[in-house]
Amino acid sequence: MSADTLQVLASAGKGESTRTILRFIILSLIAGAAIASRLFSVIRKCPLSAGSQLLSWQSRPSRRGQLSGLLRLSAFWAALLTAASFQVSRALFTNVGSPSLSQSCARAERQSRMVADNPLVDPWFNFRATKYLVANGFYKFWDWFDDRTWHPLGRVTGGTLYPGLMVTSGAIYHALRALTIPVDIRNICVLLAPAFSGLTAFAAYLLTNEMTPSPSAGLLAAIFMGIAPGYISRSVAGSYDNEAIAIFLLVFTFFLWIRALKQGSMLWGVLCALFYGYMVASWGGYAFITCLLPLHAFVLICMGRYSTRLYVAYTTWYALGTLASMQIPFVGFLPVKTSEHMPALGIFGFLQLLAFLDYVRSAIPSRQFQTFLWLFAGGTFGLGLAALVVATSAGFIAPWSGRFYSLWDTGYAKIHIPIIASVSEHQPTAWPAFFFDLNMLIWLFPAGVYLCFQNLADEHVFIVVYALFGSYFAGVMVRLMLTLTPVVCVAAAISASSLLDTYLNVKSPNAEEHPADDNTDGKKSGKTGLKSTSKPVVGIYGWLSKGTVAGAMTVYLLLFVMHCTWVTSNAYSSPSVVLASRMPDGSQHIIDDYREAYQWLRQNTKEDAKIMSWWDYGYQIGGMADRPTLVDNNTWNNTHIATVGKAMSSREEVSYPIMRQHEVDYVLVVFGGLLGYSGDDINKFLWMVRIAEGIWPDEVKEREFFTPRGEYRVDGEATETMKNSLMYKMSYYNYNSLFPPGQAQDRVRQSRLPEVGPSLSTIEEAFTSENWIIRIYKVKDLDNFGRDHASAAAFDRGLKKKKAAKKRGPRQLRVD
Amino acid sequence: MAKSRNVTPSPAAAATAAAAPPQQPSTPAPAPAPVKQVAKSAPSSKQNWDQVVVNLVNHYQNKTPQRTKLIDAFMAFLVVVGALQFVYCVLAGNYPFNAFLSGFSATVGQFVLTASLRIQTTEANKSDFPSVSPERAFADYVVCSLILHFFCVNFIN
Repeated sequence: MSADTLQVLASAGKGESTRTILRFIILSLIAGAAIASRLFSVIRKCPLSAGSQLLSWQSRPSRRGQLSGLLRLSAFWAALLTAASFQVSRALFTNVGSPSLSQSCARAERQSRMVADNPLVDPWFNFRATKYLVANGFYKFWDWFDDRTWHPLGRVTGGTLYPGLMVTSGAIYHALRALTIPVDIRNICVLLAPAFSGLTAFAAYLLTNEMTPSPSAGLLAAIFMGIAPGYISRSVAGSYDNEAIAIFLLVFTFFLWIRALKQGSMLWGVLCALFYGYMVASWGGYAFITCLLPLHAFVLICMGRYSTRLYVAYTTWYALGTLASMQIPFVGFLPVKTSEHMPALGIFGFLQLLAFLDYVRSAIPSRQFQTFLWLFAGGTFGLGLAALVVATSAGFIAPWSGRFYSLWDTGYAKIHIPIIASVSEHQPTAWPAFFFDLNMLIWLFPAGVYLCFQNLADEHVFIVVYALFGSYFAGVMVRLMLTLTPVVCVAAAISASSLLDTYLNVKSPNAEEHPADDNTDGKKSGKTGLKSTSKPVVGIYGWLSKGTVAGAMTVYLLLFVMHCTWVTSNAYSSPSVVLASRMPDGSQHIIDDYREAYQWLRQNTKEDAKIMSWWDYGYQIGGMADRPTLVDNNTWNNTHIATVGKAMSSREEVSYPIMRQHEVDYVLVVFGGLLGYSGDDINKFLWMVRIAEGIWPDEVKEREFFTPRGEYRVDGEATETMKNSLMYKMSYYNYNSLFPPGQAQDRVRQSRLPEVGPSLSTIEEAFTSENWIIRIYKVKDLDNFGRDHASAAAFDRGLKKKKAAKKRGPRQLRVD
Repeated sequence: MAKSRNVTPSPAAAATAAAAPPQQPSTPAPAPAPVKQVAKSAPSSKQNWDQVVVNLVNHYQNKTPQRTKLIDAFMAFLVVVGALQFVYCVLAGNYPFNAFLSGFSATVGQFVLTASLRIQTTEANKSDFPSVSPERAFADYVVCSLILHFFCVNFIN
């Protein structure tokens, strides 16, 4: 029975339909592997598992690692071999079982993990919003006013977020419910990103297939997309962020655009517009598409490649896409008002003119057309320029926004908008990051772009434009590495596949076969009639050269898979709120201070106790502790953040009124000095100072936090301003008591602290977590006797001393 | 504007005479003939401009199928409606900006879609669209229009 089916399969292996089926199977395998590789973090411990059923998934990580390693390897081999043939692929599928490879995968998996410096926090907000959506329905979600964030102000959440992610998971949730599959919304949120990464691999396959006739290029692109660390970083299980679905939408929109452009079809154009609308609903990075498509169109026009197809595709996309993007309340009128969107509008108008001119050219003779063209072009250019000047000066078109300027001038944000520059993802990319995130793709990428120049069609121009555009922006901001990754995968796949197609060609023409080849060529050249246009038979036929190159390529691909496995398991799989470290004896030690502290807040404070912390922790407090916060990661109000910054960086006497005015009950700081956790508040302190200084330049001065020699110190040499700031005091309060006298040491900043620690009068310590990472202080109420806090605290201290003195002294009777 | 009109046509004016004869059979209308005879004289620039327009109009009237003319009438109507809305917006203020935007983009979008339909159904462009038959073009047109108007109605408030 099975032998029969195998025979049937083998005989049909040359048929076109079977190949399609085979390709589909392999593609789904790749998608499956892409999903599996993102489940490392679930296998361990999931960021969203505050409660959690998902912890029960944590069974035997090594076995799981083996499994997903196997999956990935098999998919990798499979893609390699579609290029060859069905027979070989079957042989190699069995090869995959070779234990050494999978074991090394598992070993890499088991290696120690780095401490994540940059905890992802947006998922917490998204998760909270999704819960709200599922609980209250779509319309309530749309009108959601959240009074538990930005404490006195509140936030019109429904109108200030990109709802695509939440609506997607809400829709999946309801669809599964309708199919009577009871599933928790949390599980959907955790697994959404890996699921969409499978779709991204598929979209990359489609996009690459538009570029090249080679059947293996698409599969290679799918593989690369599936395991490239640059994309895995944002799509591991539990990273429930906008980028999770946005990258799929980005790639798929590009695919639809290319399809629309190639066919000149309105239907594909409108599909492109719809997915563009979905993208706008999901991620602020949609501006990337808004700028890239007009740029592509513009480059095509400049190259003299204007065609009616371009007109149909672009105008359909723009007219419908803009309208679709305006449906999102957060975007609103931006597409017609801000300068980021103006290039798209300009190209739209330009194409109308071109189409008209094109029509006129077909109608009248060329000499007359020249006359017409000059008049027409001059007139419209003048009119357009005048309109632009008038509109900009009259304020109809807003000037470029700050985030946009920071793309052009990397120094701009640091000077003008500290709040943007303070986000670590907005920093310029370091060189090693490119290699870390893309590995060998980074050197295949230019080759792929070069191959695009070889036969330059409209779609290849797109890859070239995208490559330039994406590389520039990836160099400007770390987070934009994400938008570069797709084009790197596509270009690398094109070059890798052309290499493999050249060197893995099994058929080597013998001397006898040569005349036959010449004959077929002769037919073609007979048609054109030009001998020189017929291609000579060129190829590599020596087994040695074939074997060397194919072997080297295989080794590179294997190394790539290893690198991806290593990066994924080491850098991107550690749940961000749970830190892991290693004990001296090699055993793993879990540092769970964040959850400990949030749990404490949840259980020991009033339901509406306001927590003041730096904005980085706002979403986590809102999501895990369920307490109102003053500021959070949605940094829409710079002044409010600066207020918190001022409270943190001023003296207690200044901070206390601020905290009273904002009804703060607790203050939360993150302190890594005991553990050596470098992402703590003292290291972020300068940003607080800078942001506060932006609003109150007279009261907060960054210079005063540096020593006269320009050093940022926390030890005995620290400036008075530094020592008196609330943040410093809260971080080091009572820290001395952990050490022998005079031995207190900060392990992050490698400095010895002064013998006498800071004293606090307006707030009191409420909670300190196990490793001192989180410290929570309670803001004291006004003094009962109407004293100010400093004197009350001094009195308390004085009283204690007196009592102690009394005990020591001889007891005396009062004689009166 | 006036200056450019004086400057640019001068090389073209001389060329018109050469270019016109092949034009003649394609536009059998009698109108251009007298114009061409005076084309060489110095003050002919204006007439030359006229001639371009006249050629254009003739070509349009004689070479365009009836159905395409119908499409063109619709496009002209859309342009008029769009211009009216724009003038209203400029004169009377854009207060319900949603309403203005959706109305205006409905006309613009419909214009663009109709133009695409016209391009795709024109015989001369057939080689550009190997996969789009006129029937397919019309079906696409209907689908796109439906989506466009859905968005407009949703946005109009």
